Amino acid sequence: MAQLLRQLERICGDDHVVTHPHALRTYESDGLLQYHVTPRIAVLPGTADEVREVVVACHGAGVPWVARGAGSGLSGGALPVEEGVLIVLTRLHRLLEVDLANQRVVVEPGVTNVAVSHAVAPTHFFPPDPSSQIVCSIGGNVAENSGGAHCFKYGFTTNYVTGLEVVLPDGGVVELGGKAVDLPGYDLVGAFVGSEGTLGVATKIVLRVIPRPEAVRTLVAFFDHTSEAGQTVSDIVGAGLVPGALEMMDRLSIEAAEGAVHAGYPPDAGAALIVELDGSGAECDARFDEVVSLCGRNGATGVRIAADDAERELIWKARKAAFAAMGRISPNYYVQDGVIPRTRLPEVLERIDELSREHGLRVANVFHAGDGNLHPLVCYDASVAGEPERAEELAGLIVAACVDAGGSITGEHGVGVDKKRYMPRMFGEGDLDAFQRLRCAFDPAGLANPGKVMPTPRLCGEVPGPYRQHPLEAAGVAERF
Amino acid sequence: MTVTPASYQEAAEALRTTAADGRRARVRGSGTRLHWGAPVEPPDVELSTDRLDAIVEHNAGDLTAVVQAGVPLARLRDELAAAGQMLALDPPGGGTVGGLFATADSGPLRHRHGAPRDLVLGMTVALSDGTLARSGGKVIKNVAGYDLAKLLTGSYGTLGAILEVAVRLHPVPRTTATAVGASEDPEAVARGAAELTHARIEAQCLDMAWAGGTGRVLARFAGAEAASPAADAARILEAAGLEAAIEDDDSAVWDRQRAGQRSSDGIVLRASGVQTQLPDQMRAARDAGGSLVGRAALGLSWIALPGTAGAAVVDIRRALAPAPCVMLDAPDEVRRQADVWGVGDSPAIDLMRRVKRRFDPAGACSPGVLVGGI
Repeated sequence: MAQLLRQLERICGDDHVVTHPHALRTYESDGLLQYHVTPRIAVLPGTADEVREVVVACHGAGVPWVARGAGSGLSGGALPVEEGVLIVLTRLHRLLEVDLANQRVVVEPGVTNVAVSHAVAPTHFFPPDPSSQIVCSIGGNVAENSGGAHCFKYGFTTNYVTGLEVVLPDGGVVELGGKAVDLPGYDLVGAFVGSEGTLGVATKIVLRVIPRPEAVRTLVAFFDHTSEAGQTVSDIVGAGLVPGALEMMDRLSIEAAEGAVHAGYPPDAGAALIVELDGSGAECDARFDEVVSLCGRNGATGVRIAADDAERELIWKARKAAFAAMGRISPNYYVQDGVIPRTRLPEVLERIDELSREHGLRVANVFHAGDGNLHPLVCYDASVAGEPERAEELAGLIVAACVDAGGSITGEHGVGVDKKRYMPRMFGEGDLDAFQRLRCAFDPAGLANPGKVMPTPRLCGEVPGPYRQHPLEAAGVAERF
Repeated sequence: MTVTPASYQEAAEALRTTAADGRRARVRGSGTRLHWGAPVEPPDVELSTDRLDAIVEHNAGDLTAVVQAGVPLARLRDELAAAGQMLALDPPGGGTVGGLFATADSGPLRHRHGAPRDLVLGMTVALSDGTLARSGGKVIKNVAGYDLAKLLTGSYGTLGAILEVAVRLHPVPRTTATAVGASEDPEAVARGAAELTHARIEAQCLDMAWAGGTGRVLARFAGAEAASPAADAARILEAAGLEAAIEDDDSAVWDRQRAGQRSSDGIVLRASGVQTQLPDQMRAARDAGGSLVGRAALGLSWIALPGTAGAAVVDIRRALAPAPCVMLDAPDEVRRQADVWGVGDSPAIDLMRRVKRRFDPAGACSPGVLVGGI
């Protein structure tokens, strides 16, 4: 490790290698604060070539590493490895090329999500918009296949990445995809996006941007109960509408958000539904009235239509504040991320209510209603003995309810370290085996972000060639796959 | 020898025994794209998906479906249309769901809705050691595990056999209208296409075409109110110097675009470029005596040449380099002489070989058909 440290200092300069325990604490967690591990070394390369040299050095020393962007992830995906190196990519924040004629933007991984849309404004935008978009990095978006409020209509990060320059865990550099689509061979861009830093580190990312819609119409409707809001969503989708956004909040999240930002939501509302139509002005006008009348037919107690951008911002303010606002009504909270087939919403919400009562903990629900992505916020008090454990158990049971309803353990936060134990709920042995094959093709030595995604540590066999025992296998730490 | 499994287990077992015997297998749907890819020796075993032909789930309220590989696309289209929905993939010709995803073929709807990779939610595959593996799920948002469905989409059967796919659906729009602009000047056609690509309009399809000395730009709008944006598009095309008209009954126009992606006796090259290369693509097609249909916003074109024009393939590739031009349809003798994939080796292709070795260490799944001899 001492030799590796000297190498890293030579590559990046002393100023960009962190080893002091106090300084390292900055990096001990990502956005999921429940987990913390202090890495042995944090290194902040300044160029793609320095990243490559760092990875080569780690590979030579057989030391595992974790890549980190802005550290805003919510599944512990950028949690360091204790005996490893943390590669912090914040210094790679150059916007390399804005090729608007071809609707492509080329960035380094540390560029923030919102900077991409700013770079192509006012004519174009980059659709994935996670709520952390002001701080989160494109490299992190690629690792997690980030979504946001507009993915029901526009899709996810994976639908907007056409090319990647990747440093593989053995230090090799590959160009996957490019500005063009349908390049010959496997869709390795598709395989890499969402791989949570386990296949390598992206040092250059080619993004597709699209024209901004001509018109946007936004409303928020209030209901006594989430079931009425849920039925409205079903009716909207059933009418053949694909809104740009369909966001639901329940009573507790409205109460918290309203207390924080005063967006004018009635504090006694049982549910709020934000509907945003975008596209051609004629199309929006033709269908917006339909949305309003569907809200009324399902018993909306009030409908507020944004008359201008300021009113639209205000409607969104409450939704965007919902997570942070939970701090006002609960000393601690845990953000869960699960997906259900949207039509199963009523029964799953009922199940969450039931679990909430059984555990004696409040749960607020914020919901990307169009695509069935639930964000239950489990409230607890860490200073009360047993509550953190009860909260964790409750959060786990909510995920189980999502899977039982035919859904997924994560819609946008990723598996990371937090959810790997739930992977066997969704995937059988054969499925996990197939995942491992991809991992082994990219990272046979298992050095890139080890201990994430897969529920149990696995090693890669040599293919083809004679069997050789891996040091970790000899030590009984991991079993051979 | 042809094997026609009736279950996923049977398919996996057939693939396993084939690989264990050191033989080569090829998955077959209805055979519409079986000649694509590099020419290889006939397989020892053909795995037919004929009996894997169930629409397992159509969750209309969730806009999703789970479909077996052998389901003919035409049948799926009819079933979904009955509920006012569609799988927004419209490649030319017939074929099966499995063949569509194995080749990642696409049609004009790709402009708005994306390619097969963008609409696949999950996949079940059989690997050559008999492993049955499922990835993804059947909900439209899901990031659990690696996205193997994207890896397998467009893999030409070289990683395993696609048995089932879960897909995202879209509502069938109430109305459509298409603005068509025509010109004999490739620059004007390209300009019109670029204007529409960058306009704040939301087209469902945005294509261009070049044939017999005339170029056209076609923009289709779909929704409750298609006529008004189509009129806007027609005005933009006229301002770019094209003669514009509106087709309300537009299905024949788009059938022609789709048909341009195929040739029964000629050569079709698919050029992967960027938008600003579209004029070059049109000129290359014109100079070679061919025709072109293209997805204007994707920089993707299909150039059709007469079957005797094998020599022109080299010229077109040189003119459009480094954009890859993949040969799809072509007479056998042309296919044997040309490099079908048209790209040299690279670290990315070497990584693809590593992926192939992990998924199919026996090399039993359609070896040699993909780029780089994979």
